[in-house]
Amino acid sequence: MSKRIDVNNLNVYYSSFLAVEDVSLAIEPKSVTAFIGPSGCGKSTFLRTLNRMHEVIPGARVEGEVLIDGVNLYGDNVDPVTVRRHVGMVFQRPNPFPTMSIAENVLAGVKLNSKRISRSDADDLVESSLRGANLWEEVKDRLDKPGSSLSGGQQQRLCIARAIAIKPDVLLMDEPCSALDPISTLAIEDLMQELKDEYTIVIVTHNMQQAARVSDRTAFFNIAGTGKPGKLIEMNDTPTMFSTPSEKATEDYISGRFG
Amino acid sequence: MTTTETQPEAAPPSDYGTHPGAFANSFFKRLSTAAGSLILITLAAVATFLLVEAWPAMTMGAEELGKVVSFIKPDQGQSLIEIVGYLVYGTLLISLIALLLATPVSIGIALFISHFAPRRLAQGLGYLIDLLAAVPSVVYGLWGVAVLVPFLQPFYQFLADYFGWIPLFAPPESGEIFTGRVAMSAGIVLAIMIIPIISAVSREVFLQTPKLHEEAALAMGATRWEMIRMAVFPFGRSGMVGATMLGLGRALGETMAVLMIIGPGLTYSLLVLQPNQHNTIAAYIALQFPEANATGVSSLIAMGLALFLITLLVNMLARWIVSRRSEFSGAN
Repeated sequence: MSKRIDVNNLNVYYSSFLAVEDVSLAIEPKSVTAFIGPSGCGKSTFLRTLNRMHEVIPGARVEGEVLIDGVNLYGDNVDPVTVRRHVGMVFQRPNPFPTMSIAENVLAGVKLNSKRISRSDADDLVESSLRGANLWEEVKDRLDKPGSSLSGGQQQRLCIARAIAIKPDVLLMDEPCSALDPISTLAIEDLMQELKDEYTIVIVTHNMQQAARVSDRTAFFNIAGTGKPGKLIEMNDTPTMFSTPSEKATEDYISGRFG
Repeated sequence: MTTTETQPEAAPPSDYGTHPGAFANSFFKRLSTAAGSLILITLAAVATFLLVEAWPAMTMGAEELGKVVSFIKPDQGQSLIEIVGYLVYGTLLISLIALLLATPVSIGIALFISHFAPRRLAQGLGYLIDLLAAVPSVVYGLWGVAVLVPFLQPFYQFLADYFGWIPLFAPPESGEIFTGRVAMSAGIVLAIMIIPIISAVSREVFLQTPKLHEEAALAMGATRWEMIRMAVFPFGRSGMVGATMLGLGRALGETMAVLMIIGPGLTYSLLVLQPNQHNTIAAYIALQFPEANATGVSSLIAMGLALFLITLLVNMLARWIVSRRSEFSGAN
């Protein structure tokens, strides 16, 4: 289920503007990897290159390679649609489809690409995915109600259920808690700890405490100034990063002297 | 803590009174209320006018009306109410043809502009569509008669030859000239006329689709078309219905193009490839108005009243369709 990601010399562009420069890193399977750094340092941009969502923006492109268990996502013969079925994503703001019910939201990805699924299989998948996202108990009596009737935290867990329903190898989370209250945040963080038994999880967060709480490894991105490209400064095991970082910039950022 | 001697000085009451913006605020409120009422007054005035003017013809006996008004012939099954029936049918039939042809094309155009075309091409195409909407209907009518009808004739011939056994496409009886001045041609010209308005409104609606929902679909591995079905259409559904109804409104009321193209007739037939079968209310009124006497005008206004009611009903139906699933609309 979970797979290893290797990124080699990746440059990310918006048209001619270099947004992220020369990133090389490795992401271990069955772990949580956190990307931290100040706003505009390119950590979200970089995250979106891991499932080729970056190129949805007109003019966006990359150079370099992203290997998932040795397969280059940017190779010829690779279809971004297929990539995204293997690398799921949860966004900053909860985005369940407003016209679909809770159950339909969970099944939205499964029914794509003209896949057929029997009624009982569908019911089982809805339950297992919602249980996987710790949401089943709260919504099991109103699966036919619109997804937008849930609270923000519940909506975000619905989005996680939707993402894990298609059984991806990797789960990307782009600041999944930044629009949520502390209790919902805690629920999502707990969920990440459970999910990492099965999935490779990569999370972008503005919240350093969150990175320290949930992640096994942390990568620090920084930017020299506006108009300059973001860079990977340092990546290490999370306890090491937060106690004895090897770079001065990391230490400044973590101790709050900057950013 | 010791209490201080100096109490905070009581503010003069005027500090909490009115403020400079208050007048402008209430003035604007009245202005917008007046503007809102104006639409109701206009509607009521039109309805009253139609009723009052149509009343003499509506209350007159069929026989009597037939004697006074040249185009009403009760003895030939064409009393006022019967004519209105034929015309309502013709109007709806021709508008339906137009709508069936125009809607898929317009949605396609709108989607191409909003989600498929490169940005620069999309902009140019958008201007062109807006330009098409500004072409007067007389021009469409002339173009329909001079260019489209001759162009369509061979296709009609083909349909009649090979699909003539379907009642819809039955050819004119032998000996009659295959003119092409038929309901189908009128429907096609109307379709071309309403494509710009439907696609312009749909395009605006599609462009409003939240990026968030589009990306949610794409991130699950949706193709572009699946993303459109999953995020764009559900979001834009009420807008698409509204756009279609705008188009239908224009088709229902269109006079000149239909008048110039169609060979008019009064029947309830489905023979859209035969001339002298159908006519629309608006075209019929325009045709008869110049030579109508006072009672004749009153009869024509009664037909106008029927058109008014159809349009009202169509719009209410559209509203109802839009509001049926408002719980899932995304507005909450």
